[in-house]
Amino acid sequence: MKPGWILLGLALLLPPFLPISDYTLHIIILVLLWAFVYTSWTVMGRFGLVSLGHGAFLGLGTYTTALLWNHYGLSPWLGLPLGVIVAVAVALVIGYPCSRLKVVGHYFALVTLALTEVVRLSIVAWRDVTGGSLGMTPNTVPPNSFEAMQFTRFTWYWVALAAWAIGLYVWHRVDRSMTRAAMDAISDDETAAAAVGIDVTRQKLAVTTISAAMTAVGGALIGQYQMYLNPETMAGVGVSLQIVFAAISGGMYVILGPTVGAVLTIVLQEFLRILFGTRFIGAAATIYGIMLILFIIFMPTGICGVIVDKLRKRRA
Amino acid sequence: MLEVAGLEAGYGGFRALHDIALTVEAGEAVAVVGPNGAGKTTLMRAISGLLAPRAGRVVFEGTDLAAVPPHRIVERGIAHVPENRRLFPRLTVEENLKMGAFSPAARPHFAERLEWVYSLFPRMRERRAQVAGTMSGGEQQMCAIGRALMSKPKLLLMDEPSAGLAPVIVDQVFDLVRRIRQEGFTVLIVEQNVRQVLELVDRAYVLEVGTIRKSGTAAALKSDPAIREAYLGI
Amino acid sequence: MDIFLVEAIVNGILLGGILALLALGLNLIFGVIDVVWIAYAELVMCGMYAIYWLYAVHGVPLPIAAPIAIVFVAILGVLVHKLIISPILGSAPINQLLATGGLLFFLQSFATLLFGADFRNIGLRLPIVEVGELFVSFARLLAFGVALLGMLGLWLFLKRTYVGTAIRAIAQDREIMVLMGVDPSRVYLITSALGGGLAGLASALLVLQYDVHPFIGLSFGPITFMICVLGGLGSMVGGFIAAFIMSQIISVGGFYTSIELSYVLAFLLFIVMIFVRPQGLFGVKS
Ligand SMILES: Nc1ncnc2c1ncn2[C@@H]1O[C@H](COP(=O)(O)OP(=O)(O)O)[C@@H](O)[C@H]1O
Ligand SMILES: [Mg+2]
Repeated sequence: MKPGWILLGLALLLPPFLPISDYTLHIIILVLLWAFVYTSWTVMGRFGLVSLGHGAFLGLGTYTTALLWNHYGLSPWLGLPLGVIVAVAVALVIGYPCSRLKVVGHYFALVTLALTEVVRLSIVAWRDVTGGSLGMTPNTVPPNSFEAMQFTRFTWYWVALAAWAIGLYVWHRVDRSMTRAAMDAISDDETAAAAVGIDVTRQKLAVTTISAAMTAVGGALIGQYQMYLNPETMAGVGVSLQIVFAAISGGMYVILGPTVGAVLTIVLQEFLRILFGTRFIGAAATIYGIMLILFIIFMPTGICGVIVDKLRKRRA
Repeated sequence: MLEVAGLEAGYGGFRALHDIALTVEAGEAVAVVGPNGAGKTTLMRAISGLLAPRAGRVVFEGTDLAAVPPHRIVERGIAHVPENRRLFPRLTVEENLKMGAFSPAARPHFAERLEWVYSLFPRMRERRAQVAGTMSGGEQQMCAIGRALMSKPKLLLMDEPSAGLAPVIVDQVFDLVRRIRQEGFTVLIVEQNVRQVLELVDRAYVLEVGTIRKSGTAAALKSDPAIREAYLGI
Repeated sequence: MDIFLVEAIVNGILLGGILALLALGLNLIFGVIDVVWIAYAELVMCGMYAIYWLYAVHGVPLPIAAPIAIVFVAILGVLVHKLIISPILGSAPINQLLATGGLLFFLQSFATLLFGADFRNIGLRLPIVEVGELFVSFARLLAFGVALLGMLGLWLFLKRTYVGTAIRAIAQDREIMVLMGVDPSRVYLITSALGGGLAGLASALLVLQYDVHPFIGLSFGPITFMICVLGGLGSMVGGFIAAFIMSQIISVGGFYTSIELSYVLAFLLFIVMIFVRPQGLFGVKS
């Protein structure tokens, strides 16, 4: 490894020790956690599997964890893996027929969109247990309880950093593995891929499983960190689109793309929120919406995609 | 009437036609023959504006068609019966014919031309309310020719009107083309059925791998030994 | 039979009218331009706010406010096409879908900026019609009737006029349209205006029954997509019938369970349908 990378890695360990405000640390943690979720989305999104349903996996992960804790006192350390299992099971139930029956493009997007709405509406409908659209709060215990997965902000930083780093590692592995050549072939031309002996269904299911599992982990962590779950912000179309957009604006073909997307969207949102205050609710999101449209029209490969392109051209 | 010079056209990195020169005089019937993949369809598409030429000129009645937006070429008097007919399968016969009269100049004459097309092809009158995709191949070809005639073109381009049809129907289609000639239309026709098309046209061009290899009157080509061997199987 | 069940069925039919109108608009755009406007229901929201603003804030009478709103949304439709779709017409379809997804965010938040997140009501009280033991809201009856008329008008337009025929034809063979003398980009614009106009009409009918708020699109946008696909994307008749199937599931399902679960049922049906019959109930296999 080059010394530059080691330095960078060390720098990442610093923030909690720096004299920064609690608020800044909070934003950094949010960026890391969401960057992890966005990275998870690109694990499948970059292969042409554009899911508008990742809110479903996010919601399943976070609600399974929190509900088991609140109603059965099951530690999130056990609840989280169960949430992941649930999310993966759902992903396979949808993903298997999708890849077998070649449900792609618009149809894939709409199926996943229906899925995320099913999860959101089920949470709302099951309001006696989940708190419905008012949301729910995991039962609190004194801070820094390992069993309850409730930490101080200081500790959360490490958890978020670890999750993010693992996310990047998985992305990297998927990128390097055999799957990649295969999936590139798949997203370009399914019949061609099948003709050269690539098991399209298996490869698609593999990335779908990884992506759904990671998203569920991300959802559970975000729920535990914020100590508040709401079906609108943790499941449904809204958050699903948010995931897609952040990933795309950062650049889904580059490892740090989704992270850049997270920095961009969260920092921008916070910045605009502070700039406009509460007097203009909606102003921040309005600008964000315009940016998204511009991104997709003018920079479909995202910020990182454009940068990488430029660098490559300069080298050539 | 039509003058093509130095024409080059292709798809992506592939050059399907190079340096094509071809003329059609008013009142003539001219054929383009050649093996599969020679570029015949590409030539027709380049003339009617479906495909933008890369180089060269397509001049129709003194106007360079490069300056005319593709959808306005039909108004100038060129109608194209595309390869494989390309009817709108879920529109009725009459609606297909209506699309043929879409251009503003043709619309006022819709009723009279419809009558005229129906009198040319009485079969189409019977089938007027039928969905085009459900008709037989021969009927679909009639409808496709009728649709092109609805714009009352000065030059009719036909791309393999006999392809994919049973031998009996092929004869009928050639009869149709002959009638259209008699109506006074100028025709540029692409055919694989060289023997029959040479009975029909005044002149022909032989297109092979994107270039014109030979041209001449139908009679001259019919007696050309190379043509006889390659296309007429004699 | 239980009178409340009958009421649920009747309300389902009445809801079906508006859903059919929306599905028709979306279907038209999909069939012709081959893009899914994810923000379609948000255009309806814009129309609702336009009527609210004209009628409730400025006192413009409804019969004037409604047509203005329809034209307004039709213009929005044209702008969507010109500014968002047409620059990326050649890129992957999914990009077009996502670009209109960005529009969804934009319209929601812009509405929040202008009107706040509160629920707004135009404050018009229409009577309840009593048929035997049955109570039906006049607003819904009116909406149903106007929606049917709107669809009939569209059908006549598509059937009778040259442009209408071209709109149906272009969905069947895009490439050869220029041979007919049709300028596809013009047909796209007209279709976008029509799609917008239909959304505008739906907004005028919905604002009679529902409060408007920036996120109202999310409550019937997804179901509209599902209806289009269920009926067979591009198939108008299919969309029409699918709208009534879905609205019955929602209305009668809501009667037996809860409104959310009835939507869950509708979406699950959609997912299963995609797997069993991807071309939709009445779609043509491509
Ligand atoms: N849409 C297309 N894209 C790429 N290549 C094409 C396309 N259409 C035709 N070609 C190629 O151009 C050449 C000429 O084709 P065409 O004009 O259809 O020949 P013909 O009509 O004489 O059989 C062929 O080699 C064919 O493979
Ligand atoms: Mg050909």
